[in-house]
Amino acid sequence: MSPISDPGFLLTILTQAVEREPGFWNWAFHWFSQEIVVAVIGLLLIIAFVTINAIGLIYAELKIAGHIQRRPATMEVGWHGFLQPVMDAAKLLVKEAMTPTAVNRPLFLAAPVIVFLPVLISFIVLPFSEKLIVRDLNLGLLLIFAFSALNVIGILIAGWASNNKYSLLGALRSVSQNIAYEIPILLSAMSVVVMANSLKMSELVAAQDKIWFFIIQPLAAIIFFVATTAETNRLPFDIPEAEGELVAGFHSEYSGMRFALFFLAEYSNMFIVSAVFVTLFLGGWHGPILPGLIWFLLKVYILVFIVIVARWTFPRLRFDQLMTLAWKVLIPLSLANLLVTALVIKLVR
Amino acid sequence: MEPLMAVIIPTLPELIKFEWVAQAAFYFIIGVTLAGAVSAVFLRRIIHNILGLIVALFGVAGLFIYLNSEFLALMQILIYVGAICISIVFAIMLSDPMYKEDPRRRLTKVFASVLVSLLILAGFLSMITKTPFEAAAQRSDDWTVTTVGNLLLTRYALVFELISFVLVVAIIGAIVIAGQGRKQRSLK
Repeated sequence: MSPISDPGFLLTILTQAVEREPGFWNWAFHWFSQEIVVAVIGLLLIIAFVTINAIGLIYAELKIAGHIQRRPATMEVGWHGFLQPVMDAAKLLVKEAMTPTAVNRPLFLAAPVIVFLPVLISFIVLPFSEKLIVRDLNLGLLLIFAFSALNVIGILIAGWASNNKYSLLGALRSVSQNIAYEIPILLSAMSVVVMANSLKMSELVAAQDKIWFFIIQPLAAIIFFVATTAETNRLPFDIPEAEGELVAGFHSEYSGMRFALFFLAEYSNMFIVSAVFVTLFLGGWHGPILPGLIWFLLKVYILVFIVIVARWTFPRLRFDQLMTLAWKVLIPLSLANLLVTALVIKLVR
Repeated sequence: MEPLMAVIIPTLPELIKFEWVAQAAFYFIIGVTLAGAVSAVFLRRIIHNILGLIVALFGVAGLFIYLNSEFLALMQILIYVGAICISIVFAIMLSDPMYKEDPRRRLTKVFASVLVSLLILAGFLSMITKTPFEAAAQRSDDWTVTTVGNLLLTRYALVFELISFVLVVAIIGAIVIAGQGRKQRSLK
């Protein structure tokens, strides 16, 4: 019997190695040093959370939409249709992933992955509670804003590679919308950053120890909320996939798991922008009695609920109205808000 | 007979050194940047070129992170990928549809671009050879907004102002181009 096939072999070798060489543990400790362990566990948690969050939100959307339209919505699978999104996910997993012949194949396959990447990256800096944050980077907020650009590129590639005029139109609309609404997002976030004097997520939350920024900066909060709803392509602003005119916009040609990735990214983005809103304006994990994590999730899901209700109550904006709102209302307002904030801070301090 | 693993495991720290891991990361980043740059220049389809450019810019951002400059890396992504590349892609999408034939290479264009890039390469090479590369006395990992803001408005104030000047010129250019297009359309 060769030593390799002995099951206890590795263990004996390890103990021998430790006895003989104390430096081994040093090395192993460095190699699996805290950072790497945190990174691996964090990534696993993020992936699990993204999936559960999407399934929960899809159920919430089905039910809220149903009740707003005075119908019970899904009732068949599980208690009150609770397992319907799980079944949908299973269906999408086993469904054939079709690749139309006319598409640009490598880019067509890459697009869903590119759309999904910024989601994973943004979760790294989200402060779920005082301690539950994968990496509390000095420039955490900037990281989220920087990588949200990747999302647009993914949508563009999807629209272009599909070689379908509806997809391309959807992608084009998405880009012009994103360019327009990124400016008010950055400007309104800036007025909070100026007050907290930091881009670090934990410090942004800590700065709201006594009073939430929502009370001091209501205008910035409203602008941020409207603009982020537009960035996530949710309904009053869902021009890029307006199903009435564009079939399904940039993901018309996608099916199976690739389509599911787009959906997963959309629902996760909803969570991310709400979480950033809570961090910036609603005091993050601060709250009485209950632990920070529960307060944070509670605030985030209340916001998500508002976003979902908005989808089923407001009609879609026309494209020129959308552009007018961004360029002529939100951007000047947020600029003025930033100016006044900076002035007041200088005068008070 | 001593099993092979018993020899390998204790000597692993000597086998895999941290410097090597760092070196591997460095060459990986360089490889990504170069691959992106090469595909940005040599591929025939313009959309592939721009994607190559995006990959190259991400590689440069990786280099900044390797050099411990998180702020520069994130700004690189935010501005170059998020703003500039997306506007380029936008401009491209409004031009040629996919089913048209790829344009042919013009010899004069190739020569002109080779000439220009050789000139720039010569300039950069002479600059690189002239610069004495000394290790910095201390490495800062203080990337809070306060530090960056202070540096921008004190030590790098002139550079900051110059860049805003460039931006003003670009804005004026854009207004002139867009305004003339509108005037011509209204005259017709």
